[in-house]
Amino acid sequence: MKEEHRQDGPKKYGMVIDLDKCTGCGSCMVACMSENNAPFREDESDKLLSVAWLRLYKLTNGKPYPDTDVCYLPRPCMHCEGHNGHSPCVSVCPATATDYDSATGIVSQIYTRCFGCRYCMAACPYHARVFNWWDPVWPDGMEKYLNPDVSVRMRGIVEKCSFCYHRLQRAKDKAYAEGRREIREDEYQTACTQACPAGAITFGDLNNPKHAVYKLRKSPRAFRLLERLGTNPKVYYLSSREWVRRAGDNYLADEATGAGKHMAEHKG
Amino acid sequence: MSTVEEKSQEVTEEQPDDATPVDPPEPPPATEAEPKGGILPAFLIGIVASLIVGWVVFPQLLYSKKRQPVDFNHAIHVREVGNDCAGCHYFREDGTFSGIPKLDKCVECHAEPIGISREEADFIEKYVATGTEVPWYVYAKQPPCVFFSHAAHIKMGHMECATCHGDIGESEHARVYQENRITGYSRDIWGHNISGYTRHTWESMKMADCARCHQKENVHQSSVQTKKGACFVCHK
Repeated sequence: MKEEHRQDGPKKYGMVIDLDKCTGCGSCMVACMSENNAPFREDESDKLLSVAWLRLYKLTNGKPYPDTDVCYLPRPCMHCEGHNGHSPCVSVCPATATDYDSATGIVSQIYTRCFGCRYCMAACPYHARVFNWWDPVWPDGMEKYLNPDVSVRMRGIVEKCSFCYHRLQRAKDKAYAEGRREIREDEYQTACTQACPAGAITFGDLNNPKHAVYKLRKSPRAFRLLERLGTNPKVYYLSSREWVRRAGDNYLADEATGAGKHMAEHKG
Repeated sequence: MSTVEEKSQEVTEEQPDDATPVDPPEPPPATEAEPKGGILPAFLIGIVASLIVGWVVFPQLLYSKKRQPVDFNHAIHVREVGNDCAGCHYFREDGTFSGIPKLDKCVECHAEPIGISREEADFIEKYVATGTEVPWYVYAKQPPCVFFSHAAHIKMGHMECATCHGDIGESEHARVYQENRITGYSRDIWGHNISGYTRHTWESMKMADCARCHQKENVHQSSVQTKKGACFVCHK
């Protein structure tokens, strides 16, 4: 049995988001919120206080008409691997509430373990983590529509995108019942991936050459956000526009993009 | 004026008291010696009383005792239905586990009384005839943050049901369900021994019990931070 476990090989679930395809419709955000029981309040006008695991950013090239260009950028949790699983949030958590799983590459967040110090929020360079200032209040009857696979969070704790980990748990359950250990690519897909009408989001195992993300992330259009920080994120973005790729990191005026990519390759 | 007089009276009354201790000099040492001999027994009585309160009275107060709505006889069902536990507790096609069967599973056999027991007649009258689900108390009910895959343990791990659930399949009467009044969890989670000591794997169902077995079997020991079991295996 133990040998069979080793045959599985470690997975590294990751995402490739094609910004040339993204129209900024926000379906991914809506799908994410409903899938993961994201709490909301009557007044959601202050976005700094609202809970969103996946947030859509609008980038502009800052040029006047007719050269104005706009790009929308969906930002889930990057599930940073860092160096050998040393992601920024995991390394600072004093409660062991967040943890890097080397078998899946997913950064977990355990709500019942978190005591809300928000050190991880300060450490995360992507603002991927949100704090619950209030207990969730669901409009009458809505609690019946909550996803039973995702636990509802209480106030005073931090939460973030889990790459819809509960879907992997369900997929594994099905595979085990059928006597399989390996799950197929289409059996585990995140809610945002499936909701995107433009097909801009691709999800899969970055270690598996048969998965679409394996090839896509090697595209010359590919870049990652703030990759020179050494966070080694598992969310890749594709864009054919140079100014968008430059927006992914704090490049100097005379600096070419892709420097971070080369650095990451050198480090292996 | 009167207060001054009263005070002077008090002073005069005290004077004889101060004078009296001269003639009985022995009682004071006697009264000091008495508590000295009483401290140790009193301390021991206090300890014993505290232990009794903590180990016997407190668990009685902590857990409420509830009878199952139907006095279910597992032994007779295992015999008559066959297919061991899977006769009623089966896997669905999507790999999820049915857990405690819904009423329609019972109705497959019990649409009409098939025995002569009073318990069955009551069950049919109260639930089958009215079509209401039986509000069973679940001994093994876990908190909402826990994900447990029966498929992983039974189909892949080839574990026996009894490893976690004990010999419930041989019981002839439904056991009393004990619920922790503070947490609302079943007593089976912490275990019946209030100290947390267990001799068998089915005596408690805490996170530490899951983790112990996962560590022993080397299942998902892939957490980078703890070098032990990853959190997103049993948590959701």
